[in-house]
Amino acid sequence: MTTAELYQRDREWHPPALTQDYKTSVARSPRFALLSLQNSDSELTGPTFGHSDFAPLDNDLIRNYAQSGDPIGERIIVHGRVLDENGRPVPNTLVEVWQANAGGRYRHKKDSYLAPIDPNFGGCGRTLTDDQGNYVFRTVKPGAYPWRNWVNNWRPAHIHVSVFGTAFAQRLITQMYFEGDPLIAKCPIVKSIPDQRAIDQLVAALDLNATTPLDSIAYKFDIVLRGHRSTFFENRPEGN
Amino acid sequence: MVQTLNYLKESASQTAGPYVHIGLAPGAAGFDIYATELGRDITGPNAKGNRITVTGTVTDGTGAPVKDVLIEVWQANAAGIYPGKGEVEDGFRGWGRVVPDFESGKFSFETVKPGQVMGRNGRAMAPHLNLWLVSRGINIGLNTRMYFGDESDANEKDPVLNLVEQAHRRETLIARADGDSYHFDICLQGDGETVFFDV
Repeated sequence: MTTAELYQRDREWHPPALTQDYKTSVARSPRFALLSLQNSDSELTGPTFGHSDFAPLDNDLIRNYAQSGDPIGERIIVHGRVLDENGRPVPNTLVEVWQANAGGRYRHKKDSYLAPIDPNFGGCGRTLTDDQGNYVFRTVKPGAYPWRNWVNNWRPAHIHVSVFGTAFAQRLITQMYFEGDPLIAKCPIVKSIPDQRAIDQLVAALDLNATTPLDSIAYKFDIVLRGHRSTFFENRPEGN
Repeated sequence: MVQTLNYLKESASQTAGPYVHIGLAPGAAGFDIYATELGRDITGPNAKGNRITVTGTVTDGTGAPVKDVLIEVWQANAAGIYPGKGEVEDGFRGWGRVVPDFESGKFSFETVKPGQVMGRNGRAMAPHLNLWLVSRGINIGLNTRMYFGDESDANEKDPVLNLVEQAHRRETLIARADGDSYHFDICLQGDGETVFFDV
């Protein structure tokens, strides 16, 4: 049994390890070149998850930590597909999200921003894509917040997204931004990405077709993972 | 003009940030939300083979511990089989998440020692754990491997270790063995910088 290898990751599309304006990267970026590794089973296999790993509310951030009512904030639906670079859906793959609350505060013992914790908001969710690669979360729109980089840096509203695919070498963490946010263009973390088209691909579009009228507005965010090669002619079958 | 290829582009990576634990290990962030937190148990109860403990610290370019790192582990079972590639013990996921102590930066996890896995061109790979590191300040997750210090013969023949041009840098991928305990420090930058892979 062989698994097709992955397309080379485009390192000019992703942020480099060292980005001076995102200061924390300076001491946390390797100085030596990455060693390029042709794929073996260690890279082409990966963990799988099943519906028994999840509870029904895991993808509903409005309800999954509610104690006494709904969290404060703009109610939103975030939905989309997980696809590979060949445009094929990635079914049954784990998608995890985390975010600040509507005031821009994280439920984390290391976050000390003065905006208050929302007692009804945990700020994380998880789900499996369906057989067509679709996923959906319900949440509140996260607030922008200040962070220590320059004295006056503000993160645009964003949701962190973690995705698996089928191969450990497809593993990806990124952030989803919101259409129309003027802070996107100012953010040193966003600007760690060298190509504007790659930034645009991380901005979720307002999707009025997917709203729940009189209840929740919607944003659509597709996520693309590395694609698998097709093997048209096999010169070295033992090497595949 | 030529036809367009119509491939999609992989979504660009962004840092996992300082609060990665909220999403991937909420217990470490300080709250319980899920009935079952994923990644707490790499092996399940039925895994055969040697039970081992792995400890270490991730350090940055100044030598300070990276206390907010999150490490994912992916490994074969003791017979050298990855889940999905063949039959493994019931409950063996082969995958887990490791969060260091926020005060000291030291991490520790338990698993079973994996077996040899067949690599490319029919060359066996020495037992190893595949590791993926994310944190604040890491713009795109870092892939590396942990090999075992008590597998000298297999390590010498390992096709991946032998790709490392400078022989002394191979040592950055090999954990120090002490019985069933292994110590593996990861250095993001500077003297003794760990070898990271573009997979």
